[in-house]
Amino acid sequence: MRPSQLTSGIAAGRLDKDTLAENFSDLHAPFTAHEAAVEADRCYFCYDAPCMTACPTSIDIPMFIRQISAGMPEAAAKTIFDQNILGGMCARVCPTETLCEEVCVRETAEGEPVEIGRLQRFATDVAMATPQPFARAASTGKTVGVVGAGPAGLACAHRLAMHGHDVVIYDARPKGGGLNEYGIAAYKTVDGFAQAEVDWLMGIGGITLEAGTGLGAELSLDDLATKHDAVFLGLGLGGVRKLGLGLGATSAVDFIADLRQAADLTSLEVGRNVVVVGGGMTAVDAAVQSKLLGAENVTIVYRRGKDAMAASGFEQDLAAQKGVTIRHWAQPIGSTPDGMEFEYTTQGDNGLEGTGETFTLPADQVLAAIGQTLNPLDGLDHADGKITVKPGGATSRKGVWAGGDCASGGDDLTVTAVAEGRDAAEDIHNSLMEG
Amino acid sequence: MVDISANFLGIKSPNPFWLASAPPTDKEYNVRRAFEAGWGGVVWKTLGEAGPPIVNVNGPRYGAIWGADRRLLGLNNIELITDRPLEVNLREIKQVKRDYSDRAMIVSIMVPCEEKAWKTILPLVEDTGADGIELNFGCPHGMSERGMGAAVGQVPEYIEMVTKWCKETTRMPVIVKLTPNISDIRYPARAAKAGGADAVSLINTVSSITSVNLDDFSPEPSIDGKGSHGGYCGPAVKPIALNLVAEIARDAETAGLPISGIGGISTWRDAAEFLALGCGNVQVCTAAMTYGFRIVQEMEAGLKQWMDEKGHATLDDVIGRAVPNVTDWQYLNLNYVAKAKIDQDACIKCGRCFAACEDTSHQAISMVGPDGERRFEVMDDECVACNLCVNVCPVENCITMERMETGAVDPRTGQTVTEEYGNWTTHPNNPGAVAAE
Repeated sequence: MRPSQLTSGIAAGRLDKDTLAENFSDLHAPFTAHEAAVEADRCYFCYDAPCMTACPTSIDIPMFIRQISAGMPEAAAKTIFDQNILGGMCARVCPTETLCEEVCVRETAEGEPVEIGRLQRFATDVAMATPQPFARAASTGKTVGVVGAGPAGLACAHRLAMHGHDVVIYDARPKGGGLNEYGIAAYKTVDGFAQAEVDWLMGIGGITLEAGTGLGAELSLDDLATKHDAVFLGLGLGGVRKLGLGLGATSAVDFIADLRQAADLTSLEVGRNVVVVGGGMTAVDAAVQSKLLGAENVTIVYRRGKDAMAASGFEQDLAAQKGVTIRHWAQPIGSTPDGMEFEYTTQGDNGLEGTGETFTLPADQVLAAIGQTLNPLDGLDHADGKITVKPGGATSRKGVWAGGDCASGGDDLTVTAVAEGRDAAEDIHNSLMEG
Repeated sequence: MVDISANFLGIKSPNPFWLASAPPTDKEYNVRRAFEAGWGGVVWKTLGEAGPPIVNVNGPRYGAIWGADRRLLGLNNIELITDRPLEVNLREIKQVKRDYSDRAMIVSIMVPCEEKAWKTILPLVEDTGADGIELNFGCPHGMSERGMGAAVGQVPEYIEMVTKWCKETTRMPVIVKLTPNISDIRYPARAAKAGGADAVSLINTVSSITSVNLDDFSPEPSIDGKGSHGGYCGPAVKPIALNLVAEIARDAETAGLPISGIGGISTWRDAAEFLALGCGNVQVCTAAMTYGFRIVQEMEAGLKQWMDEKGHATLDDVIGRAVPNVTDWQYLNLNYVAKAKIDQDACIKCGRCFAACEDTSHQAISMVGPDGERRFEVMDDECVACNLCVNVCPVENCITMERMETGAVDPRTGQTVTEEYGNWTTHPNNPGAVAAE
């Protein structure tokens, strides 16, 4: 008999193929041209627009929306890509409700911001059906090694290529894209968009991707420094924090990556009762996708309150809407034959404290989403577990820059990684052309 | 109890809302439905002389401009007068008027500029029992190339001549419909009056090309790659119409000449504005063509409610009330001093007022608050009260023009605000100023 949502333990194929396809379809349907025109008309073309200030990549949002209004989505997309070459992905994954749309004056006026993210997607979808619009400057003869083909690395590589440098991107994974390809919920980037975006971006030329080659035994930072005129590190956070206590938890990051790479969602195993520990986007992505795969009960348990969750309000609402239960103020303390045991927590004078009261959740599958870590790199200064960088991304080692999640500062957002990669490229370019 | 029944030239209608001469009034079927919906009267679509029917284009007759949400803002047409046989129209007019005796039935007419043509058709129209006629001297396209419509309306002598022929021939009240495609509306209005017209109606449509197709470079609406100017109407033309109506209402020579107001009237408010500028009733077309006949119910209810709230018992309490307030620039009170004021609680901080003032006006708005925050404030020492900030502000009543108190000093000019009225005719900077005695 085919497994159902009520099948005990862990099982694959709890839902049929069609239901799964429906569950993992586009979270936000793209705008039609008419919808985009109507929505674009809501933009007031603010002076020194708050949305633009709120965007980590400083996209000229009023201008691109005006260009949509004027019937030129391609020009709108160019305005976006000038600042953010991964504007297509950012349109899908940016927490706009805490960035551009949060400060939209329409939000102030009537509680309904202009849907900037969907407008950006409309424009970039139109433009990405054609080759990327940037031309390379004359070759400089310089080469730059970029480690990590995620948002930071890709943005850096594209900008460097524009300036006429030759770029080699090294990535430990078999495909480029980084978290866009491996770390984001499937319903946010459907139809192989992440790979299509990498291919489109690399269409500028001058960028080579060495997939399956990460920093490590076979490739050291010294090797790279010798081989290239400059190095950019955009390698993300390779390590995941583990739940101790022998709870048999698996990594939510791996769960998401496996799901993204699965050719057949019916082959993916998921528990009847899934518990996700954590409070960030990864926790929500893992929990929602567990539910969509057919888990009967999915609970996110977070040790602090709602406001402290790194997942945005929108993400929390999405989880609730998909049937995920979120429990605040509890931390795992062990497992029992009935499942996983949690202790209630409270904010004490000296930080988080257990109250001594407990509850148990049935748990066939426990996913830990309690943060990712950087494995420190020799010869570079680190602070708070990340590579120390100056504005512009320069590290403590001459000729080495860093950006994205592995670098200090920032906020673990795709869009911030893009900004840092882009800005580091400019800094590298200035440095190379001075020398 | 508010009474909005209208008496225009002795023609009574239960409300002042007539459908203008246009496609909605081209046949019995439509007009009956219009009356059922509540319209007070109709001006039947223009009849031509007997003979071979009018031929229209077989491609698009209308062009338009829209807001981004496709709200229709302006409509343009190249349709000609009725293309149905004269006898069919006459028969239908008679039947409808017989069945709706309480509604106004006006027949629009356009025949060649020859006495015989007019004197032939008038008895036929009179025989229908219609309440009046409207002379179409306004249609700017097609018929004007044949010496009719606007071709007559643009020559005051012709207007007077044809109006006279009509007045000599028929007992029916004669309304002369004027074209806005002239340099000074007062001349055709005076000519109509001189010819004995009982009233004028305006505006007819404005000559226009709505857009150009940038693929094949054809004007729109395009007929096989070519376009011809059409007549523009709808909300976009209302300000033009209001001004032309006011010009006639306040002209010494035509003051008191009844006016039927036309031009972009879409809501009760538009209608009330036309009434206030001296119109005895209003005619509507584009709004009905956009939304259907039912809009008259909103117009009727809205006009009644507004009149009730303001204590206006009948239309006569409203008609012409704004006319004395229309004046020439030279008589505007230059001692009236206002300053823009931004309501910080209502402000959504879009900065449009700043962009408009800083880039294109008087650099009188600052955008940084005392703590460096995004805050828009008017600098009274620079503000000339131009009103542009009010006009570009997306929030209703967020920016207002506040009159300065008498005795206050205008920080821009250093002058003390006086309650004394003073205009350009007596202003010291006016070389032609007359000394105030």
